[in-house]
Amino acid sequence: MHRIKKSELPRLYEAIAKTQTLYLPVKSAGKTNFAVWTETAQPDIDTLKTVKSPKDAFFPQCENLYTVKREEGKLKLTAEELESESFVVFGIRACDVRALSVLDKVFLSNPVDTYYAARREHGILVSLACSRPETSCFCGTFGIDCAQPEGDVATWLCGEYLYWQPQTEKGESLTNALSDLLEEAEEAPVEKAKEEIRAICERLPLKDLSLEKWGAHAAHDNFDSPLWEELYKGCLACGTCTFVCPTCQCYDIKDYDTGNGIQRYRCWDSCMYSDFTMMAHGNNRTSQMQRFRQRFMHKLAYFPANNDGMFSCVGCGRCVDKCPSHLNIVKVIKTFGKEEA
Amino acid sequence: MQELIIRAKELLECGEVARVLGWRKGEHVYDPEPAFFQSADALENFVYNGFCGANLSKYMIEASKLEGKTLVFLKPCDTYSFNQLLAEHRIDREKAYIIGVGCKGKLKIENIGADGILDIEGADYPDCGEELNVKTLYGDVKVAYKDAMLERCHVCKGKEHRIFDEKIGESVDTLDAERFAEVERIEKMSPEEKFAYFQAELSKCIRCNACRNVCPACSCRKCVFDSTKFDSAQKANATTFEEKMFHIIRAFHVAGRCTDCGECSRVCPQGIPLHLFNRKFIKDMNELYGDYQAGVDVDAKAPLVCFSQEDAEPGALTERG
Repeated sequence: MHRIKKSELPRLYEAIAKTQTLYLPVKSAGKTNFAVWTETAQPDIDTLKTVKSPKDAFFPQCENLYTVKREEGKLKLTAEELESESFVVFGIRACDVRALSVLDKVFLSNPVDTYYAARREHGILVSLACSRPETSCFCGTFGIDCAQPEGDVATWLCGEYLYWQPQTEKGESLTNALSDLLEEAEEAPVEKAKEEIRAICERLPLKDLSLEKWGAHAAHDNFDSPLWEELYKGCLACGTCTFVCPTCQCYDIKDYDTGNGIQRYRCWDSCMYSDFTMMAHGNNRTSQMQRFRQRFMHKLAYFPANNDGMFSCVGCGRCVDKCPSHLNIVKVIKTFGKEEA
Repeated sequence: MQELIIRAKELLECGEVARVLGWRKGEHVYDPEPAFFQSADALENFVYNGFCGANLSKYMIEASKLEGKTLVFLKPCDTYSFNQLLAEHRIDREKAYIIGVGCKGKLKIENIGADGILDIEGADYPDCGEELNVKTLYGDVKVAYKDAMLERCHVCKGKEHRIFDEKIGESVDTLDAERFAEVERIEKMSPEEKFAYFQAELSKCIRCNACRNVCPACSCRKCVFDSTKFDSAQKANATTFEEKMFHIIRAFHVAGRCTDCGECSRVCPQGIPLHLFNRKFIKDMNELYGDYQAGVDVDAKAPLVCFSQEDAEPGALTERG
């Protein structure tokens, strides 16, 4: 176990950023989101949840795939280069670390998404335990322990110190590289912090959320339920839930006319949008009820059916906090839970 | 609140209305959702409290297509949006039974500024107090009701419902700020400062389209940004310049029709003060064409769709700088 004074963190950031790109929660215009550290950035590791999850570091909201230009009567294709240098994501919470395991199932299975794979290979995760879980949190439902986050390095904020524990080889080498700034420390304060966090988790209002009605079998059981008709009505068909979600992985591929060529880029898509999965013959979901159902069925039924029971929700609660109409996955889970089998 | 439920049940039972459009209880006091109630039994979950900020007018577009009348609860400021939608022939007056519901200011959970909120006392209507007692995982706090209000309530348009069939409950005028003060502050900035301000705010945009989808003035059957035939896609764009274009185009498109209901800023997950764009247009129109408030009167001629000899010459804009 190592530690560093909270007041010394700017030095730590600077030291990391000297050799590699550092993503961390940064406050800008009143909101905290993951961003690249710069000398003028305002890091904010006290805010529990960034508005967007850190998945941008591995799967950016918008990224160029390749560029096409016409040169001497021929088309010239230039592919975007893959990530080839290591980078650090600092302050990632336990739910968001687990969310990457969900994304891995999608992007690292065949055919492998090389853009994502390159970033996963080069990314180093420095996770941060949740000192003050929120009422909208329910990561425990998915077996996540926010007191003991996964990641290459796990850290805990205890009083004036940030405690630091490498958990993988990548984490060990980052720790060695920063040895000038980190001091050896006792484990006791961290153990105490973990106990405190777990005690708070026991008091979270969503801690007993039951997934009994969900899983692979739900694909069949819940599809035709009349409850969807009741649940979706307030939905504005905006993409807030999907874009703040750490596990939503759908994207669209589009061409941008730069005036002297074409940029083929991909950007996050949302199953809430009317042109989601639009094909030449039209769209296979024509109503908002169907789109709404798709989102929750994907997370709670189809994904587990295809991935050994793994749900594609990690209980971060961002959709609970951010839905303009206060609809969310918790209400869906509970509404189905109330139904007698 | 019980009064509203009793009246809604009466109207349902006598067959005057086929359904009720209101707010449904959530997990907590602070997360009621806009909902349709089809039966008297379903109304057990009806709620009306300080967190029912959602403006239900736009849901009447869909409700107007249904059989029979829909009972809709509108707060005073929501009625401006309803009128504007009527003026634009997007909703059917005959399909609505409007209960003008009293309003004492609506709250924004984020403005309470506390972590781990479990429960809030003092947000019930009509028994809300001067103060909210907030119970949290990390101790109890007291917050002045006023301090937790939505921005739009500080510039309240007043207690008057502009359209209704009947009214239930008292309203309070919560106006305590100058409507155009923030616009004036930005107007005084240098071009560089203005650019930096909007750059910082708009670069947070995640292009979720919540502002557009909640906006009662954004009622096109098919939005240009939803078309797959243009580069102006609804999703994230290739350049940040395009992202800004989205908000600016939208502000132009709703100019003269925006009632300043503030829903865009209420729903933005990144807290972008989107209402400021619209309010700038309103201020300019007031100055150039005389005071006008969209949604007051269904038959009023909006300044941008009528002409009078006294209208400002287009050159006035360029001369003004």
